[in-house]
Amino acid sequence: MFSTLIAFLPRAVAQGIPLLYGSTGEILTEKSGHLNLGIPGIMYVGGISGVIGAFLYERAAGTAEVIVPALAILITLLSSLLGSLLMGLIYCFLTVTLRANQNVSGLALTTFGIGFGNFFGGSLIKITNSDVPSITLTNTSNIFRTPLPFASKLGWFGEVFLSYGFLAYLAIAIAIVAAIVLKKTRVGLHLRAVGENPATADAAGINVNRYKYVSTCLGSMIAGLGGLYYVIDYANGVWSNNAFGDRGWLAIALVIFAVWKPGFAVLGSILFGGLYIVHNYIPGLTFATQELFKMSPYVVTILVLIIISMRRRRENQPPAHLGLSYFREER
Amino acid sequence: MTAQPAIELRGITKTFGHVVANDNVNLEVNRGEILSILGENGSGKTTLMNMISGIYFPDHGSIFIDGQEVVIRSPKDAYRYRIGMVHQHFKLVDVFSAAENIALGLEDGEKFNLKKCAQRAQAISEQYGFEIDLGKKIYEMSVSEKQTVEIIKVLYRGADILILDEPTAVLTPQETQKLFAVLRRMRDDGKAIIIITHKLHEVLSLSDRVSVLCKGKYVGTVKTSETNENQLTEMMVGKKVTLNIGRSEPKDPQDRLVIKGLNCFNRAGVQILHDVSFSARSGEILGIAGIAGSGQRELLEAIAGLQHPASGEILYHNPKTGAIDNLRNKTPLQIRELGVRLSFVPEDRLGMGLVGNMDIVDNMMLRSYRKGKTAFLSRKQPKDLAESIIRQLEVVTPNASTPVRQLSGGNVQKVLVGREISSSPTVLMAAYPVRGLDINSSYIIYNLLNQQKERGVAVIFVGEDLDVLLELCDRILVIGSGYITGIVDARTTTKEEIGLLMTKAVSHETKGSEKGETDEKQ
Repeated sequence: MFSTLIAFLPRAVAQGIPLLYGSTGEILTEKSGHLNLGIPGIMYVGGISGVIGAFLYERAAGTAEVIVPALAILITLLSSLLGSLLMGLIYCFLTVTLRANQNVSGLALTTFGIGFGNFFGGSLIKITNSDVPSITLTNTSNIFRTPLPFASKLGWFGEVFLSYGFLAYLAIAIAIVAAIVLKKTRVGLHLRAVGENPATADAAGINVNRYKYVSTCLGSMIAGLGGLYYVIDYANGVWSNNAFGDRGWLAIALVIFAVWKPGFAVLGSILFGGLYIVHNYIPGLTFATQELFKMSPYVVTILVLIIISMRRRRENQPPAHLGLSYFREER
Repeated sequence: MTAQPAIELRGITKTFGHVVANDNVNLEVNRGEILSILGENGSGKTTLMNMISGIYFPDHGSIFIDGQEVVIRSPKDAYRYRIGMVHQHFKLVDVFSAAENIALGLEDGEKFNLKKCAQRAQAISEQYGFEIDLGKKIYEMSVSEKQTVEIIKVLYRGADILILDEPTAVLTPQETQKLFAVLRRMRDDGKAIIIITHKLHEVLSLSDRVSVLCKGKYVGTVKTSETNENQLTEMMVGKKVTLNIGRSEPKDPQDRLVIKGLNCFNRAGVQILHDVSFSARSGEILGIAGIAGSGQRELLEAIAGLQHPASGEILYHNPKTGAIDNLRNKTPLQIRELGVRLSFVPEDRLGMGLVGNMDIVDNMMLRSYRKGKTAFLSRKQPKDLAESIIRQLEVVTPNASTPVRQLSGGNVQKVLVGREISSSPTVLMAAYPVRGLDINSSYIIYNLLNQQKERGVAVIFVGEDLDVLLELCDRILVIGSGYITGIVDARTTTKEEIGLLMTKAVSHETKGSEKGETDEKQ
């Protein structure tokens, strides 16, 4: 039993990390009053952009011995961040500058992002002349997945707490920093004000559009890292089209579950990750009943929605201006 | 000392599309002075002030601060020139505490420290005699507390030119007096204060000078000590209006609506109405007076079927059949069909009666769409109705197919009241139908109510201006904290009597002692 738990927990965490990136990014975006339903697409683009960067670097370097770990990490990270930043900029331009409908823009971006990822994923697979419909970046993945020192020597403790690649710790660090910034700093106060009541923020001399742009783009970049983590770390550097699945939507569900608090998202992501794979650890399930278990994160989210609606605490509600455009001279 | 005006506007013009909101307006305010800006609805007062505070940018004209020409492009610029505006619709973040709202947008170069900020705000509030709990969340505050937060907010930023947009519209008389005391203290402190208001007696009691706008044009400025209500009204409307509201004797009043022992709770479980009993008669205007939020809204909603009373009876005497119906058992739709009409004009005008994005004709159809025989809409009748309302009530609109959202507040109200009256009701309830309306529009509404009364309609009028209630109504029901504190004859009563009834202590009322217990919690 204990050994099953020790085997289960690290998998739950690894499964949860992409969700954590996605929902931290989405929380920052939603705090500025923008409901970015493009997150699944952005995470997908973040993944494929990193893969493209890593792929090109691995090809250029040739053999494993020549690869400089620092350079591999840098190139992969930067190309991933660039890809998701561009997606974030498209979304901002549409919804902040042009004040287009956020839901439509976001959904379009998701469709676009997945198409973009599949197109370039397919192209790379074609370049490698691979037999299987996937590309494998084992070398880069090994660099990313290097666990903390002593992980293997500390028994179950090392297994549960130290066995992950640095991106997993980065995700938790980003979430905690985001929580502190939102709660304790002037920038966080301003950002929350923009999402709650942009007219008020504007009258207080806050540059509403700048806050929207910065938080949405930053949020996209953070979410994009979730896609990167999924391919390079969780999937051991194997990219195949559509393998990312519904994790993007799960990340958005996690935002609601965490009642727009990045700190809660850390715990929520591990819970969601666990629920997502728990069927593998319960003996005697058929394919049909497995799918029922995969539903559970969404069921939990609906339950949370019901509970926060019933408690009616104003602090737990979404930002009041979420999903609405702001135009100063509108009457 | 040469009197250099704190702020001076020269030739300010602003247009929205084809509408000229401000046309060549000149204005100046000195330090240590309170200037009132007076004007009808849509005369461009708020637009003008929004240009000073950086919300809008003028098309033409220039603004001088202490003799220096300045350009105010954003609210941030306005703060730099020490201009602070308290907007009519408060610019506060609901889920933030007072202190967080005050700290919002501050870039004082210091480390962010909410506690220190709260301390400084506390010092300011003590200096001018405000009473406020800075840790309280905005959504838990009363309107007057919110306004206090707004004022402290602008003072905190060091504003010495203060603009207040209709600050008294939502305050009780006592709160208004408190506010005025604070404003006078600020004036004596050397601040320049601009206050926008409709209420003439406030202008006369508070300000040093009055500037008048009429339809976007600057009419003139007079010293308060050298003017009177008649002159100001004349300047505002361009022509003299009689201040007398006609009142005819009720003809053959019959009980139309009899309310017995009505008790009502709000969502939070607090009792709003306590054992309310009265009757409304046909051919009579029943006024309801009371401090805002004493249960007027709940009472009207209970009659219209929008609230479910905990106990009590609402008996409707049907004039056609002579039958007596208890409205408590009926749906809002059935109640409407009986001819009980609620032309409710709450704080949020569009919220309860009209759909902002739909045009006037479509809004007419909101009430009549069930009448048609076929699946398709017939627009002919609603269009005629819309046009007749626009004509009769002098609604200012480009045409009948303009979205209601784009009309000014007063015109929205006219459309709403006009539509409810057009269905020839037997009971007409109007809550604050003239709130925010200028004098001319108010009189049109009063006349409409009088016409309805003469047609034998039982009119229930919830008003805030006691003078109007005294002149318009036949009987006045006074409500205080959810209790009926008195029903008086409007022809013989005095303002003082009603004022006393409004503020009468009700906690020791013997009436309904058992309900008093439920009332005690919080």
